[in-house]
Amino acid sequence: MSSDLYRQQVLQHARAPVNRRINNNATIKVRGDNPLCGDQLDVYVCTCKERIDDVSFEGSACAISIASASMMSTMLSGQRQQDVADTTAQVLDMLNSDPQAPIPGTLQAQPVAALAAVRHYPSRVKCATLPWQAAAEALAGGASRVTTETNNH
Amino acid sequence: MSPLREQFPALHQQVNGHTLAYLDSAASSQRAQPVIDAMQAYEHADHANVHRGVHTLSHRATDAYESSREDVARFINANHSREVIFTRGTTEGINLVAYSFLLPRLKTGDEIVLTHLEHHANIVPWQLIAERTGACIKVAPVEDDGRVDAEAVTALLNDKTVMVAISAVSNALGTILPLADIIPAAKARGIPVLVDGAQAVPHSVVDVQALDADFFVFSAHKMVGPTGIGVLWGREAILEDMQPWQGGGDMINEVRFEGTTFAKLPYKFEAGTPNIVGAVGLGAAVRFLEQVGMADIAAWEQYLLDYLTQQMQAQDDIRLIGTAPNKAAVLSFLMDDVHPHDLGTIVDQKGVAIRTGHHCAMPVMQHFDVPGTARASLAFYNNTDDIDALVEALADVRRMLR
Repeated sequence: MSSDLYRQQVLQHARAPVNRRINNNATIKVRGDNPLCGDQLDVYVCTCKERIDDVSFEGSACAISIASASMMSTMLSGQRQQDVADTTAQVLDMLNSDPQAPIPGTLQAQPVAALAAVRHYPSRVKCATLPWQAAAEALAGGASRVTTETNNH
Repeated sequence: MSPLREQFPALHQQVNGHTLAYLDSAASSQRAQPVIDAMQAYEHADHANVHRGVHTLSHRATDAYESSREDVARFINANHSREVIFTRGTTEGINLVAYSFLLPRLKTGDEIVLTHLEHHANIVPWQLIAERTGACIKVAPVEDDGRVDAEAVTALLNDKTVMVAISAVSNALGTILPLADIIPAAKARGIPVLVDGAQAVPHSVVDVQALDADFFVFSAHKMVGPTGIGVLWGREAILEDMQPWQGGGDMINEVRFEGTTFAKLPYKFEAGTPNIVGAVGLGAAVRFLEQVGMADIAAWEQYLLDYLTQQMQAQDDIRLIGTAPNKAAVLSFLMDDVHPHDLGTIVDQKGVAIRTGHHCAMPVMQHFDVPGTARASLAFYNNTDDIDALVEALADVRRMLR
């Protein structure tokens, strides 16, 4: 079963993450904490007018979190802000859904669909959701720090 | 040792297509068949409320509950079974002592001495009462090999010290603490000592009289017994002197609205209907461990720990966290460039159950500057096959993540 979770698409992003870098010029920076394991990811978002210019991240986290963050950065960079909020909500819903639930059509062709396997590993779901939660918070303009333990995600 | 393994039904199953190698006993041990049988027999035929009924089943339940207390008292060499208080577990035992013993006498400037190795259960209750009173926590350091020197603890003792709370064995690293050098030094200054024995009781002979602490706490579920029950042993004179913790049924002598008088030990600290079947399971666990023999258990586990340590040291990309000279049954480790959670998930697919994370001992992790570790922990029902299964599964981890 772990071969389902640690698939090539996931492992590629874990081994050679895209956009794993600190961005001191970011418009918004949010730190995501997973207090259950001590993992931390900083998500940097640069906005320009209504578009997201750039999303990057850095931190200490497991392969699933890193892969998820890497996929997220490629997926969100260049999107319109209003679309990003929808995408982020959709991905979080997918990762938190029942293992048998279908993957939404809009996500099926995306690399992040490979992470849906995490739904079979209840203790690992938060690893996958951590970067997305931080991004959601960054876009909502709320806290500068989120944890996996403060809401249903 | 293998006939013993037969007595643990959970070990005889396939997990993800592989024979289970259960290496997480420091978190919770598997249950011995005699424990399961004793609990089932009680549930089938003997259950009623304890201490009150005039009918036969209530007598049987009371006998079962109280004979488990006798079993525990014998097992830890308590002076009397009155000194054995049933709790929900180690955590509740420590909280009971914090709130009922220490808090009423705690004042600003008082010092509570802990070590850097403590489990959160032996940190947070003391912090909570210290915050209320203006007392403070003093922490004896851990060395880089994971040991705690007795002198590091005794150097913190002074006229302001009102409590020493210390584990016998670290759950995160397996370090055995030098209690024999620490307790006499505290006692010489009249400082009460609580020992968190959760990780010691399953692995070695415990003699609370020889140890000479004032409180000793542990949990049944780490010693082949059930969850939801544990023990606070306390010195009788001290327990007598303490206020009750929770109020309710069973812990009273006479209740009037003008005032209530409390039951004698141990009932003063056992408010409400207790976990009777849990106590039955704990008693059966104690008898089982006695039958196997704690000295034999300690020797076999030391053999396994040495074997495990050698196997892991032979691998260049494995770093052991905690290499103190005196250790029990626990091996914490990291693999280069691999997060412990990924490692834990992948070895589980080979039927190998280990723990990953901070092991409820975040200060220890902070000392070693790691967010967490992978931890293999042993019990006497393990064998070298379990360890070999872990070592083989680590090859899978390398293949997948590198």
